[in-house]
Amino acid sequence: MSLSPQDVERIAKLARIRVNGDEVMAYQSQLNNIFGLIEAMQAVDTAGIAPMSHAQDLFQRLRPDVVTEPNRRDAFQAVAPQTENGLYLVPKVIE
Amino acid sequence: MQWETVIGLEVHTQLTTQSKIFSGASIAFGAEPNTQACQVDIALPGVLPVLNKGAVERGIRFGLAIGAKLNRINSFDRKNYFYPDLPKGYQISQFALPIVEGGELTVQVGSGSDLYEKTIHITRAHLEEDAGKSLHEDFHGSTGIDLNRAGTPLLEIVSEPDMRSAKEAVAYAKALHTLVTWIGTCDGNMQEGSFRVDANVSVRPVGQKEFGTRREIKNLNSFRFLEQAINYEIRWQIEQIEDGHKIQQATVLFDPDTGETRAMRSKEDAHDYRYFPDPDLLPVQLDEDWIEQVRASLPELPQQKQARYQSEWNLSAYDAATLTGSRELADYFEAVVAGLAKPDAKLAANWVMGDLSATLNKENLDVAASRISAAQLAGLLARIQDGTLSGKLAKQVFEAMWAGEGNADAIIESKGLKQVSDSGEIERIIDEVMAANAKSVEEFRSGKEKAFNALVGQVMKASKGKANPQQVNDLLRQKLNA
Amino acid sequence: MNKTIKQLSALLSAGKASSVELCQDYLAHIQTQNATLNAFISVDNDKTLAEARAADALRTSGQAGLLTGVPIAHKDIFCAEGWLTTCGSKILSNFVSPYDAHVIEQFKAAGMPCLGKTNMDEFAMGSSNETSFYGPVRNPWDTTRVPGGSSGGSAACVAARMAPAATGTDTGGSIRQPAALCGITGLKPTYGIVSRYGMIAFASSLDQGGPMAQTAEDCGLLLNVMAGFDTRDSTCLERPKEDYTRSLNQPLAGLKIGLPREFFGPGLVGDTAKAVEEAISQLIKLGAETVEVGLPNSGLSVAAYYVLAPAEASSNLSRFDGVRYGYRTPEYGDLTDMYEKTRAEGFGSEVKRRIMIGAYVLSHGYYDAYYIQAQKLRRLIANDFTTAFQQCDVILSPTAPSTAFKLGEKTADPVEMYLSDIYTIAVNLAGLPGMSLPCGFDAQGLPIGMQLIGNYFDEARMLGVAHQYQLATDWHARAPQGI
Repeated sequence: MSLSPQDVERIAKLARIRVNGDEVMAYQSQLNNIFGLIEAMQAVDTAGIAPMSHAQDLFQRLRPDVVTEPNRRDAFQAVAPQTENGLYLVPKVIE
Repeated sequence: MQWETVIGLEVHTQLTTQSKIFSGASIAFGAEPNTQACQVDIALPGVLPVLNKGAVERGIRFGLAIGAKLNRINSFDRKNYFYPDLPKGYQISQFALPIVEGGELTVQVGSGSDLYEKTIHITRAHLEEDAGKSLHEDFHGSTGIDLNRAGTPLLEIVSEPDMRSAKEAVAYAKALHTLVTWIGTCDGNMQEGSFRVDANVSVRPVGQKEFGTRREIKNLNSFRFLEQAINYEIRWQIEQIEDGHKIQQATVLFDPDTGETRAMRSKEDAHDYRYFPDPDLLPVQLDEDWIEQVRASLPELPQQKQARYQSEWNLSAYDAATLTGSRELADYFEAVVAGLAKPDAKLAANWVMGDLSATLNKENLDVAASRISAAQLAGLLARIQDGTLSGKLAKQVFEAMWAGEGNADAIIESKGLKQVSDSGEIERIIDEVMAANAKSVEEFRSGKEKAFNALVGQVMKASKGKANPQQVNDLLRQKLNA
Repeated sequence: MNKTIKQLSALLSAGKASSVELCQDYLAHIQTQNATLNAFISVDNDKTLAEARAADALRTSGQAGLLTGVPIAHKDIFCAEGWLTTCGSKILSNFVSPYDAHVIEQFKAAGMPCLGKTNMDEFAMGSSNETSFYGPVRNPWDTTRVPGGSSGGSAACVAARMAPAATGTDTGGSIRQPAALCGITGLKPTYGIVSRYGMIAFASSLDQGGPMAQTAEDCGLLLNVMAGFDTRDSTCLERPKEDYTRSLNQPLAGLKIGLPREFFGPGLVGDTAKAVEEAISQLIKLGAETVEVGLPNSGLSVAAYYVLAPAEASSNLSRFDGVRYGYRTPEYGDLTDMYEKTRAEGFGSEVKRRIMIGAYVLSHGYYDAYYIQAQKLRRLIANDFTTAFQQCDVILSPTAPSTAFKLGEKTADPVEMYLSDIYTIAVNLAGLPGMSLPCGFDAQGLPIGMQLIGNYFDEARMLGVAHQYQLATDWHARAPQGI
């Protein structure tokens, strides 16, 4: 398998990372090297094996439905790039 | 060409928990922006989700209410996309293993002679977190982000594409709204966005097996808009096809001002959500004891009540459906019936659906806010049953009760509205009327039946409407035929 | 400055030193060393000394615990309230955390002052500490060489005695490999023992925090502080509190050490092979037996890891979008432009590569072939260990295939860099505990580490084996010259 420049552009777009023309080529070659390493996986027959998502086969603990968190807006927004009237500001979103 | 419409609904119901699905922040509506967005909700680096038991409980509750399969093991996945009201860059949702699968809801569509039943199948219902809100008012050309709603627990209920008209879609949406508020999983407040409907609409030539290409109308927050939007969309799609265009799959918004739908610009790029199991959350196990506890706490459901009203109390399907329009209404109705020494469900139904509902509607009140309690109404109906009040007098008493003048008996007493059933008294009045209306008496005796009604009217008038009409009838006929 | 945690604790409780004095000494040492080694991203003398004074006050009032007043450095991946917390990235270069990680809370509760935040590979992605936005850390044994990574700052600061101990995190070897390359002892606990709350996520199902120090005994003492149940991490295990130092003095007689044949194959050569062989002989001398075990699927652990870790990372790092905190590009047009420029400028190239790998393997049409296949391999790899532990008590191997390499030597070839973790990755995939401890030096005088792998929750036994070895050897006590 090998990634095309279009694949690189598509995933960069999905990941919201701007890549310029030269970078596309560099990423393409590096990613293809890495996929060369990854492809070794395909040789193994894993039929019937349950995928392992977590390090332990345990079940989720549930939290009691109680309000525990105070308002810390000022502390949180002290590190925000742009706020006004308690809102985070971003470039205009068109729905 | 004849066209058939195919509709499936995805309904986002906000759950009635105190805290968010993955954090301990409050979900109360209407707080100042970002004051109910804790470190987990704003996705600070390093924070982690912990699942709210109350949200899972409500998922179980809903699944039981629609007779669905509850997945004893269900799990959470990440749906990845970038949007400023989605702080983590992914939404935690149940994709592969939802808590609820299957189930159905039978609804009544239309009314009167056009009334029919339809069963809508439910594909699945899954738990997920809500996003924040984007405020597009002008902040110097920017959008403001309020994350108070981010992380609010939702149960998204996905139907099969079983509906064939806007009417059916509305009937299903209303029945679902009744159900979720009935079982208490959602407060149903549509203005506050607690119950939001997405409609997947497509059309196809009648007889064609394959579905047409669908367009999804997002975020409809009233039944009226739902109906308008679907009807507009159907017309638009048919026009497009008849003009030789193909329908492109799209997400659209309904504009209530123009009554039209338009494609969303922000959803232009084909989405690749890259779902995968959330490594921060383990699979959820529902144990049987818990499920049984939830089952035991479920109230009698609207459809069960409808069946009982028809079989036990001989009410019509329409009356049974109307009286179970909300849990409050059904509770009220049943309390009225229970308040009668001689149970008469039909009488209670007539009054609840008649004068009470009309008055509530006029004053734009919910049955919970009725100024006449169920016990009070039962008190009034008891006086009809025992002949104290005629129907006409009962209406007067009802109005006085609504005005806050007290219980039925007190009003009857103070206003002297008691029906006269003393036959001696009624005979005395009849005698006076016959004496004063000799001409009518003669006419009746010569065969003019009409004259009888005139005499009854005179007797009722003379008794100021209080004479028992049945007794007046009987006694007058006796005396005339004597 | 060569003192262990254990020794510092004794000094403090004997009243021979105060926490303020200790901290002043270490801070002074940092002052002279850090310009060369670049092991710390943030140092704040006032904050450290305030914590030291509070620790001394606790001691005066008789409320001191065993480690109260002993200072420690924290990897800059742990959120610490009021501290710049960068994760080695430009995108968090202005992020002063408004909250404490559970690990930070635990050390605060123990009264251990924070000496500063240590340098690391950006978002813990790297094996040489060269991906840090704050520049590479240099190995105290040879400043032309890397300290390993990603916890390279923590390893270097302990090796250079700028701190008696430090915290680290380990997703594929990020505690053990730098510990090996810097000649110190480092432990990655069983997944779920240490809360991940406030530890900035790289690959959530693999990440685990752990201690780095001079000795196994110190690691045990530190793990006693770090470990603990935390309701805020759903994957943190609810277990009775245990004393991880309880088996330190257990003799090794009868201990069965498993030697995976896959890890002692032709790839293992030279001084590393020799040092590990000698360590095995030493352990046998102490009464242990060896048994050959098989980990037949471990050869694919690097491949599976480079699917799973980037997949999780690509999603975990989506929150860095310039909206609520962190870096935002100064010039942008619309929202997408803001996102794309912020992330292109805020992340370094290794992080971007991994985000793209992750996005790709999760994307439509590739999910089953890559992500699911990797998860299935993960199960096979974990099963291998389960089988192996039926035959032995601990597993031993080299920690890294080579000693510290030159700065820049492997930066051009990501794949070669990834193979630095060939012996450590399988342990994370399985969720097992593992540690690295010094077992010799190569011809150039660079430290060599050996890895011990324990069964689930068997940290105490593993630490006991390491402690017995350290009682019999002095590799761990050697410090680089000129510090």
